[in-house]
Amino acid sequence: MLLLTCPYCGVTAEETEFHPGGQAHIERKAGTEHSDAEFEEYLFLRNNPKGVHLERWRHQYGCGKWFNVARDTRTLEVYGSYEIEAKEPPQEIKDRIAQRLAETGLPEKTVN
Amino acid sequence: MADAFRTADGGALIDRSRPVSFTLNGKTYRGYAGDTLASALIANGVHFVGRSFKYHRPRGFVASGVEEPNALFGTGVGPRFEPNQRGTMVELYEGLTAKTQNHFPSLEYDIGSVNAMMSRFFPAGFYYKTFIQPRVAWKHVFEPFIRQAAGLGKAPTEADDAEYEHFHYMCDVLVSGGGVAGILAALTAARAGARVMLVEQNAWLGGRAIVDEGEVDGQPLGDWVRARIAELEAMPNVLIRTRTQASCHEDHNYVLCYERVSDHDPDLYGGGPRHRLWRVRAGRVIAAGGGIERPIAFAKNDVPGVMLAAAMRDYLKLYAAKPGDRVVVYANNDDAYRTAIDLRNAGVEVPAILDAREGSNGDLPQIAREMGMRTMFGSGVSKTLGRKRVEGVEITELRPSGRPGALETVACDAVAMSGGWNPVVHLYSHSGGKLSWDDDQLMFRPDPSRSPIRHDGAPAVVCAGTASGHLALSDVITDGVKAGVEAADALGFETSGADAPAAKSAREDGISAIWFTPSSGKLSVGNKHFLDFQNDVTAADVELAAREGYESVEHTKRYTTLGMATDQGKLSNINGLAILADALRKPIPAVGTTTFRPPYTPISFGSIAGRETRELFKVVRKTPMHDWLAAHGADWEPVGDWRRPYCIRKDGEDRHQAVEREILTAREKVGMLDASTLGKIIVKGPDAGAFLDLLYTNMISTLKPGRCRYALMCNDNGFLFDDGVVARLDEQTFLCHTTSGGADRVHAWMEEWIQTEWPHLKVFTANVTEEYAQIAVAGPKARVVLESLEGDVDLSTDGLPFMSYVDGTLAGCPVRVYRISFSGELSYEIATPAAFGLSLWKAIFEAGQPFGITPYGTEALHVMRAEKGFIMIGDETDGTVTPHDLNLSWAVSKKKTDFIGKKAMERPFLIDPDRKRLVGLLTENPEDVLPDGAHAVEGERPNGKAKMIGHVTSTYYSPTLKRSIAMALIRRGPERMGETLTFPLGGDRTLRAKVVEPTFYDPENARQNV
Repeated sequence: MLLLTCPYCGVTAEETEFHPGGQAHIERKAGTEHSDAEFEEYLFLRNNPKGVHLERWRHQYGCGKWFNVARDTRTLEVYGSYEIEAKEPPQEIKDRIAQRLAETGLPEKTVN
Repeated sequence: MADAFRTADGGALIDRSRPVSFTLNGKTYRGYAGDTLASALIANGVHFVGRSFKYHRPRGFVASGVEEPNALFGTGVGPRFEPNQRGTMVELYEGLTAKTQNHFPSLEYDIGSVNAMMSRFFPAGFYYKTFIQPRVAWKHVFEPFIRQAAGLGKAPTEADDAEYEHFHYMCDVLVSGGGVAGILAALTAARAGARVMLVEQNAWLGGRAIVDEGEVDGQPLGDWVRARIAELEAMPNVLIRTRTQASCHEDHNYVLCYERVSDHDPDLYGGGPRHRLWRVRAGRVIAAGGGIERPIAFAKNDVPGVMLAAAMRDYLKLYAAKPGDRVVVYANNDDAYRTAIDLRNAGVEVPAILDAREGSNGDLPQIAREMGMRTMFGSGVSKTLGRKRVEGVEITELRPSGRPGALETVACDAVAMSGGWNPVVHLYSHSGGKLSWDDDQLMFRPDPSRSPIRHDGAPAVVCAGTASGHLALSDVITDGVKAGVEAADALGFETSGADAPAAKSAREDGISAIWFTPSSGKLSVGNKHFLDFQNDVTAADVELAAREGYESVEHTKRYTTLGMATDQGKLSNINGLAILADALRKPIPAVGTTTFRPPYTPISFGSIAGRETRELFKVVRKTPMHDWLAAHGADWEPVGDWRRPYCIRKDGEDRHQAVEREILTAREKVGMLDASTLGKIIVKGPDAGAFLDLLYTNMISTLKPGRCRYALMCNDNGFLFDDGVVARLDEQTFLCHTTSGGADRVHAWMEEWIQTEWPHLKVFTANVTEEYAQIAVAGPKARVVLESLEGDVDLSTDGLPFMSYVDGTLAGCPVRVYRISFSGELSYEIATPAAFGLSLWKAIFEAGQPFGITPYGTEALHVMRAEKGFIMIGDETDGTVTPHDLNLSWAVSKKKTDFIGKKAMERPFLIDPDRKRLVGLLTENPEDVLPDGAHAVEGERPNGKAKMIGHVTSTYYSPTLKRSIAMALIRRGPERMGETLTFPLGGDRTLRAKVVEPTFYDPENARQNV
């Protein structure tokens, strides 16, 4: 059972207090201007990296806020949580990821 | 003669002043308090205690702890009977009842043992090879045979009456294992100030220090370790739990510890839980679970009397129980000589010590020689003699050629075997700790550089002592202190000055590999080198698997069932993979281990369930009217977490009669429904209208305050998942009704979109489902009933038109009255704060008496909505149905540029005219009711089978129309009006039904618009 930290209320809690929301930073491509391929990508296509996964969680049984988490699917290391409106992880988390990738020799492209 | 094999003195754990009697298969035996069932039976000379799973061979005790594969018993009686209890872990108490397992009709004479004679026909993969053809034999021959043979023990026949519970606990350091290393690690961390929990699966602490000799800081090992235990017990920051096993290590140092609270003492039963599951979150875990001795594969190494060498020492030193009168020792290491020496000191004859090595310069073989014991290097046991008990061994010279040569036969009644030690790496491995092969000690040991990690990337688990691969006492002590320092330091505690005490123990020489001892003779002897005693897997089985191409250890495991029994291969796995590696001509580390999965040993289902059983299994949500309904005959059904009355039965009525009465009363007079479970979500803010326009398929922002609109919610796949009436309370506030089961889901759905997709919208949501009670009053007399209540609400046709609401007071309750209808009748839904719910309900019920009012339940609700052709989420929808499929295109806005599901609904597949669409069905015979889900067929598919063109989604007998009605999703349904469809129901039965419009009753809506 994972330990996660909500960046809004600051609580570090058991996984059961949170609700998973899948891959983070997916752009909703559901407008008339979007092609079928873009719509398909938005609706169905998800990363499944062996490595760093940027994902959404909700502090369901706490403050109720959605947030993003950078987590390693191999080791379950949590590199950090950050705000839902961010387009990418903050530099501090990116540095931590880069450092770990350098240590483990995992290719960069597995980061979504 | 009772206790014939009990030595006159000794036995660190038994209390000779407290004799205890117990029964095995109805026969009474005597033991002492502190005994285990195993030690007491051994002290009584009983070794034959079970039959093996596949061949039904006689089996006895092999081990002294949790790793025991053979000695499984059914213990207790009635509701407290439990099968498959390891006799080595069952603590003796007065009156204990135990039964042996896996035999018929009796342990001594067993029919299943013919399997043993047929064993050459039951090779590895027997099931896969045999039970293939003919296919028809499966049902009547193969399956009954396999079911009869499958499973160990017998399931209890009575419900468990014990209680179980969970504890949640947090600590800095969790130490698993109360042996020397665990005690020192705990002490070191605790002295530095860490909050420490120490768990030990046995009832006692000290591990091998209680059994084996040594000296620490000038004191005898046993005295020294007892002093350390006393110090730990006195520390306020240390929690010690015996009979508690760290069973599962999960992500981020979440550990499940399984405590057997009262199994050992029936007097504790009922005064508390039987088992307790500790859900521990630890800063660091120290895995100090010690080691498990390896058996040696030699022919007939499974005959009762063949035991692990260290287990014999345990029985002797802990329980004063002699394993026999004449014991041959067979080993490949120095440690086993301790057993020979202890046996000899206890007066047991040791006619020979067979050592597979070429020699040893260790202290212990030297002592054995000085004691006059015959030590034979370069030799081993080629096979045992005897069937239900060892009667002797054939000794063979271990030649480089591998061919056996029988040297001599030695009579004995027990064999002590030791093939070396495996560290207990399970806890460390459960969540990803990696192992490395130690070629000197012939063991897989934890690789500290590849520990499982915490959430922050730091190592989660530190292994200590034998669990880390250290066998010598001084190394174990040093490593225990080191682990404590490492854990405490990592958590920021000050550990300076924590030095390991100086220890002295016998100097030991190295181990050499003996994975298999050759034998000569018949094939039936050659394939009885058992590796997995519980599942009857032999070395020959593993070699066969290798020959047949099973190169992966995981595949070999499943093919041969090696390590798949309840002991999960604690004794067999390493021996098995060594033999597999040999057969594949690969080094052992290249073959690797199978996955170590939690729990370490089986834990009770009760402990997993904890208190969440019976009435606490699942929380029931109750409306304010729940108790009133219960008192008036509610026949409950679950709806989400709610209980709703299916119907409210009067005396003497069955379900069917009650539902019919409720429907007819509502249609002819007036009915009332507890609709409080309906989801109610407030959506508020300057952008509330814009947000709901995106969320619903309809246009919501154009709704006027005071008005209601039926609205649909789809996902971005275009599929309908919830519906309900939306009311606009003011310019910035909407009240969205959801389905009863959907309130939480819809509320979470709204929050997800607001927070993650449209955070710029100024809008808040609140789920107020439980804040309001809601009562539907429906029927021609609905208005007069409500008008007879005291109040200020204008309920007239013009005062409160259809699809509008008004706030006011009724019968002294603050109310919001909605003029909406799910029954097709003149209908009001009245919401009131939950605290007023019951009094309003009672007031309406009283006021309705002169008009013949009846409360009705969900079934009447369902039938009446189906009579009107209203859809029900979950009946007409199944996650693949669009609003268009349900003829609800009118509720999908064409003006809006965007809403959730809009783009998806324009996909070719979703606008295909060939899709299934909603229609009504009338069976040819009005009394025939179509079964739910029945398929309509038409024509043939290329394979000659019927082509399915749709299915029934709702189907009822309508008391109103006095005939059956159904709704269905049928391909091109609306184009088929008037066609008759065929519904095969299995067997010869087929129903035929005509396609009609799905509104069966009052299609002009005349009844609700009055």
